[in-house]
Amino acid sequence: MSPLLILEQVLNGLQLGVMLFLMAAGLTLVLGIMNLVNLSHGSLYMVGAFIAATVTRATGSFVLGLLVALPATALVGIVVERVALRRLYARDHLDQVLATFGLILFFNEAVTMIWGPRPLYMDGPSWLSGAVEIIPGVPYPAFRLAIIAVGLTVAMLLYLLVTRTRLGMLIRAGASNREMVAALGVDINRLYTLVFGLGVMLAALGGVMAGPIYAVEVGMGEVILIQTFVVVVIGGIGSVRGALVGAILVGLVDTLGRAFLPGLLTLFLGPATAASLSASLASMAIYILMAAILVWRPRGLFPAHG
Amino acid sequence: MSAPLLRITGLRKAFGAVVACDGIDLDVAEGEVHALIGPNDAGKTTLIGQLAGEIRPDSGRIVFRGRDVTPLPAHTRAARGLARSFQITSVLPGMSALDNVALAVQAHAGHSFRFWRPAGDETAVREPAHAALDRVGLALRATVPAAMLAHGEQRQLEIAMALASQPRLVLLDEPTAGIGAEESARMVTLLESLRGDVTMLLVEHDMDAVFALAERITVLVSGRVIASDTPEAIRGDTEVRCAYLGEEDA
Amino acid sequence: MVRRGILVGGLVLALTLPLLAAAFGLDYVVGIATRILIFALAGVSLNLILGYGGMVSFGHAAFFGTGAYVVAILSDHAAAGIPLFTWPLTVYGSDMAIIAWPAAMAVCAVLALIIGAICLRTGGLYFIMITLAFAQMLYFFFVALEPYGGDDGLSLVGPSRAWPLDLADDRQFYYLILSLLLFILYLMRRLIASRFGLVLRGIRENERRMQAMGYATYRYKLAAFVISGAVAGLAGALIANHTEFVSPSFLDWRRSGEILVVVIMGGVGTLYGPVAGAIAYLMLEEVLSRWTEHWMIVLGPLLVLIVLYAKQGLWGTLEKMSTKR
Repeated sequence: MSPLLILEQVLNGLQLGVMLFLMAAGLTLVLGIMNLVNLSHGSLYMVGAFIAATVTRATGSFVLGLLVALPATALVGIVVERVALRRLYARDHLDQVLATFGLILFFNEAVTMIWGPRPLYMDGPSWLSGAVEIIPGVPYPAFRLAIIAVGLTVAMLLYLLVTRTRLGMLIRAGASNREMVAALGVDINRLYTLVFGLGVMLAALGGVMAGPIYAVEVGMGEVILIQTFVVVVIGGIGSVRGALVGAILVGLVDTLGRAFLPGLLTLFLGPATAASLSASLASMAIYILMAAILVWRPRGLFPAHG
Repeated sequence: MSAPLLRITGLRKAFGAVVACDGIDLDVAEGEVHALIGPNDAGKTTLIGQLAGEIRPDSGRIVFRGRDVTPLPAHTRAARGLARSFQITSVLPGMSALDNVALAVQAHAGHSFRFWRPAGDETAVREPAHAALDRVGLALRATVPAAMLAHGEQRQLEIAMALASQPRLVLLDEPTAGIGAEESARMVTLLESLRGDVTMLLVEHDMDAVFALAERITVLVSGRVIASDTPEAIRGDTEVRCAYLGEEDA
Repeated sequence: MVRRGILVGGLVLALTLPLLAAAFGLDYVVGIATRILIFALAGVSLNLILGYGGMVSFGHAAFFGTGAYVVAILSDHAAAGIPLFTWPLTVYGSDMAIIAWPAAMAVCAVLALIIGAICLRTGGLYFIMITLAFAQMLYFFFVALEPYGGDDGLSLVGPSRAWPLDLADDRQFYYLILSLLLFILYLMRRLIASRFGLVLRGIRENERRMQAMGYATYRYKLAAFVISGAVAGLAGALIANHTEFVSPSFLDWRRSGEILVVVIMGGVGTLYGPVAGAIAYLMLEEVLSRWTEHWMIVLGPLLVLIVLYAKQGLWGTLEKMSTKR
């Protein structure tokens, strides 16, 4: 268990964390400001990945795939919002959960019908396909580094947006007291559309970047959706800062757990027991983390509401 | 003179930079009707919240019936005999008026981990519930779902629920809020009829109601008690007039 | 009156179904009906906490699946003759219904106690997500359980033994499930009407008010959660017998969604709603899947439409219609 290996896994954890942040930031804002539980958030991530994969495979250019996928997914998101989500804002959470659950079923089946049941594979940009030596002797995939960089940049931009701009002020106000913002005469519908659109773009970006690393397949949205929920719950609903902290935490715990738990447990138990126990513990790690945090802080680490 | 039923000492609560309650001392004697008045940002709502157990004070003590209830949650205080009505009507909308009150009675009639016997059969609960509804004038509306009651009737239901548990102290949070003059007068008559039977801490804006009912009045301004005395004394107190009564036409 | 008629009619149909099926040569219908009854039972369990308690749990499949696994694991060990564990005491497997099914309920009750104790400290959105997350956690737990098939699942040698019945006989199995469902419905009816049921409904209506009245609402919600988990565990035990196979997919969040759909389609917070919902949902699945392999693409939007425009569900609509008269 060399320090270099640990460093590599920490970077992997950061990379996963950053992807989760892209998903969680949008979800937490939509939850906090619009009070909308949107399970189809993961579906948009999937749609983004599929569109990007198709374009990239057809043209050989990752960048083109990215440039097409983002607006295309945004369009899909707008349609979904207009047709279905808009009618759910006033409904209770149960209704939202069920309706967006129906949307997931629809999207999964639609994608299967259009692209078939097999996973798609897509390559990242060729100019990022090598490895970079961040520390001499430690090569790390350039593409993954790029993801971390992009993610942190987005985090920085979001931070600036939320703390320095008027829109950001409205977002923060809306997250802690929706009715008040509406009562103050702010066009709440435009705010909603902006927030939702932002969330969709982030999800699409996440999907596109995920394509080369994970398989582009039906159901990928749900896997990340549930992890995203864990992040949002840990971070606190409505808080972008919470989403970042939660995402990094979850990314690290999950990655480091999977990487080092088997080795750790083998020291105490026999290899056979350690193997099966560690596999299950590693998968459960982030949920145990979430449960532990909720016992201590039932509203997450940085809840936006008082 | 026995110990007061409720004694509040040094209660402080701040929300960030805003100090809602700034060291409040207050006594409520057994059997009295004690009114709490003050301008809108005086801290009355925060005080009620802390008394009820929904808000944690930053410092200070609340002693009810000789026991320190400051660390206790809302439901424990209610079980000890501290009832409240809500300023913004808070009943159980989908259930009948009778069920609303029955639940209030049931809370003090043994535990409710009983899974077999129909609750509707329990005369020991249903009869006092009917009686409470009768007392507030809702006897004929017993089977109506609470959501379908008129606003004034819902306020009456609030009172019935607060009383049905045979409380030692009732916190009445603006009982006449949002109801017209005629219904307000009826509410005041109802509360008058309870005088002596129930100790009441009444938060109110309606000065007619306050002076009709209160035996003692405490005036709260900017989170502090500026006067606590008989209604006549309060009426005459110049500081009170300036800070509060002076805002209205006398 | 209409409702009474439908209930009686439904009961008569349910009782005579196997005979009618045999008469028309449609014996496979009994299998479908059995599945409907089992899902109805799962729906009834969720309805207790969701419809009557107002707790939106998106992880109910955790109990359904765990109940199934308990039965499967006990059966597996019984067939192999190896005890489950030998410390602190020796516990053997069993394929007897009288042992395995209550065991499934007991395990699920304890599981619900643990999960509920943590989840019920939250509310609203947090509660929905944390119940989902716990179900996922258990899903991964069973995936990692290599000795019991892991991701591939575990087959049962045969259905539970329930002397004097032979549960391998479709008909006998059907009637046993029907009796269990009717019995549980009766118990539910009493529970809802009891003191406990009244408190639970009050909590659904306005939890803050209930606390102000003196109720330690957490305890009541937890008790309901445990009861609900146990009944879902029973439904799981039954499905294990029916399919003679269990897999982690029984705990998948999609399964939780299906149980939610069953409750909603039937009518949240009504006693017979889940039964109507199970019939509607599974019949829909049957009909649509014969038409196209991609039937989900119809179900998805249909679900959205139901939520938007027919929220009160089938039984709920019926109740509304009868009160209008």
